[in-house]
Amino acid sequence: MLANQVGYYSLIAGLLFSVYLCVVSIKDFNNTNRNVSPNLITLSFLQLTFVVISFLSLILSFINSDFSNETVFNNSHTTKPLFYKISGTWGNHEGSLMLWLLVLTLFIFLFLIKSREQPKKYRILTLLFQQLIIIGFFLFVLMTSNPFNYLFPIPLEGLGLNPILQDPALAIHPPLLYLGYVGSSIIFSASLAAVAQNYISKEWGQHIKKWVLISWIFLTIGIMLGSIWAYYELGWGGFWFWDPVENVSLMPWLTLTALLHCILVLERRGVLTTWVVILSITTFTLSMCGTFLVRSGILNSVHTFANDPTRGIFILIFLFTLIFLSLGVFFLFHKDNNKDSNNFFWLSKESSILVNNWFMMYFLSVVLIGTVYPIFLDVISAEKISVGPPFYQKLIAPFLAPFLLFMALGLKLKWIKSKIENKNSLIIFLIISVILTFFILKNITTDLFFYTILISAAFFLFFSTSKELFLKKFNNISQAVAHFGFSLLILSILFNGILSSEITTNIKVGERYNYNNEEIFFEKIEEKNESNFNSIIGYFKITNDKGKVVELNPEIRVYNQPIIITSEADIKTTLLEDKFLVMNIVKGNEYFNIRYQVKPFMLWIWISVLILCLGGLMSIPKKKYEK
Amino acid sequence: MKSKLILIIIFTFLIFCFLIFYKGLDKPNIYTPKTNIEKNVPIFKAKDFYSNTYINSKNIFIEENYYIVNVWASWCAPCRKEHPLLMKLSKNKTIKLIGLNYRDNLKNAKKFINELGNPYTQILIDKDGTLAVEFGAYGVPETFLIDRNKKIIRKFVGPINKIIIEEIKTIIK
Repeated sequence: MLANQVGYYSLIAGLLFSVYLCVVSIKDFNNTNRNVSPNLITLSFLQLTFVVISFLSLILSFINSDFSNETVFNNSHTTKPLFYKISGTWGNHEGSLMLWLLVLTLFIFLFLIKSREQPKKYRILTLLFQQLIIIGFFLFVLMTSNPFNYLFPIPLEGLGLNPILQDPALAIHPPLLYLGYVGSSIIFSASLAAVAQNYISKEWGQHIKKWVLISWIFLTIGIMLGSIWAYYELGWGGFWFWDPVENVSLMPWLTLTALLHCILVLERRGVLTTWVVILSITTFTLSMCGTFLVRSGILNSVHTFANDPTRGIFILIFLFTLIFLSLGVFFLFHKDNNKDSNNFFWLSKESSILVNNWFMMYFLSVVLIGTVYPIFLDVISAEKISVGPPFYQKLIAPFLAPFLLFMALGLKLKWIKSKIENKNSLIIFLIISVILTFFILKNITTDLFFYTILISAAFFLFFSTSKELFLKKFNNISQAVAHFGFSLLILSILFNGILSSEITTNIKVGERYNYNNEEIFFEKIEEKNESNFNSIIGYFKITNDKGKVVELNPEIRVYNQPIIITSEADIKTTLLEDKFLVMNIVKGNEYFNIRYQVKPFMLWIWISVLILCLGGLMSIPKKKYEK
Repeated sequence: MKSKLILIIIFTFLIFCFLIFYKGLDKPNIYTPKTNIEKNVPIFKAKDFYSNTYINSKNIFIEENYYIVNVWASWCAPCRKEHPLLMKLSKNKTIKLIGLNYRDNLKNAKKFINELGNPYTQILIDKDGTLAVEFGAYGVPETFLIDRNKKIIRKFVGPINKIIIEEIKTIIK
């Protein structure tokens, strides 16, 4: 109860600090002092403190199961384990907005501390733009989604957290993803401030690069965790479904990746300024757009918490205000004054990064159209369609092969003017890739020609990045690691897609089923009771033709609060493949419906994403982009 | 000149997007789970709200009538919001409303009814919340529409609104 009050008033205090910060920074902006007034940093710290207090009191209410708080009542339950009580704090609409606020205020504070060598006016403008976003979120929380609503009479028991959200990967997925999303807000504010001050330069590129890298790493890991959750928990047997909610996290990733590369060019050569600004704006806009699409209830998914239309309208207006503001700043102030240095030879690192940008823009537009078009169609013609994986695969796959080839070549190019060296080794790599692919795929796929091209390109990239990583003297190890990780990721995804196989059948205890040289034996079932669910565990033995036995124990869980039945897949992971088994109850029958899948290289998808992030992490401490 | 044209095109496009999203928000997007559709009304025994005696479900759904089972509680804020709509609906002669008082304190519940009126022909007490589960409810408020063959034909999660009332009215016509 007390925590409720403290939390609520801290929130209001945080908002007041925002307004006060704006006033002080405008005053300071016109001041002739050379440095930013230390008051601003203190104020920013105090604002952060209040948001932290507010957030902690919400966590405390969740830990104490204080059901006089409406958010706790709606999303928690006394029988829930402590870990999920805490993670339940951000597993709902109100709490997740609190997390947004927390990260927003944290980042602007860190930005102020870390940008001491930057020009004063630029720092103050960044603070102002960021406070504008923060005020927007404060108002959103206080007006439409107050996490501290009081309930009376106090309910005895809460409604519980959706059991599919009770998963360790998902407990840390939102915070990491938000660090990425909100990190892009700093890039957004900083680039607007830099445009207004005409400060888009090599120095600025060097300073903002760290923020881009940090957001990019968090966003990448956040997306990966979401994907891990979908794979292990949802039991659909895949890691990416082109679901609109997944797409909205992928879109900012694509622009952020393009931005990351542009920043490297900016830092080194002072060109591509327009690209940098536009990509900074789009990345944050897409993050906000994602929040809007996911939270407003326009899309239906596990992430849709808010079905209150006023919330949707608020984010929508807020989102478009930010878009118009940023476009206004861009068109009024942006001058592309680097005409002289824009001269680079067609075969150079700069142009290869431009090519990369255009590919990213193409992938982005495919994902954007696939995600948004159904909404447009629904509104204009009341026709309901859903865009599925085939759309994305058809449109992306043909462009993937040239993209990978360009990437492999681009890595070898030098700045300004370059020529392709070691032509022989490249040709040898290409030939090896094609032959290797052909022999691997010969007996597997029907569409041999298409897949040979695609996978040869992936192998080609893989070979050239491996060579870079293992054979060369490292003059740019972080780049080599990141690109090696990426090529491994693409290879794993492609092979996973082509080589996966699955079977669905009904089976009862004691029965055997033969499938692809393997025998599935349903041994027995057992029942088990936990505090927040009861479960039925199936014992399966899978024997392959060499007599090797793998035991799989999928589970059917009946959660008590709220009553929801979920299927927990059992997955046995080895270096080369995952065996995936999930079972369902067939009503009024002794049979169980099982789905058995063999998915090669699943582990490598996660490992390669981690390698990719490691590459990013390694380039943070570096002062300047080399080579 | 050229940049002005680009500016105009971008702004028009953005305003168009805004309008589309704005309209999209208006669309009713209440998700109706399919699992409980066409399920028979469960057989149960429950205490009556006023007489405190046990009643068998067979004696509740007797008439050749449409029924609405509404899960509510005095502590549930959205229930308070939907209550006036239920009051209006109760004036309709072709439908009977059954209230399911979910995990509630009897005193508070009676106060709630005295304050806002009683739209229900009968209220059942669901002290431990098991009866709501029998119907397939996740929480409060939740509303079930039962047809003349005693089958649950519709389930509405969350507070009912005017659109749902219209839907119910067209079904029972």
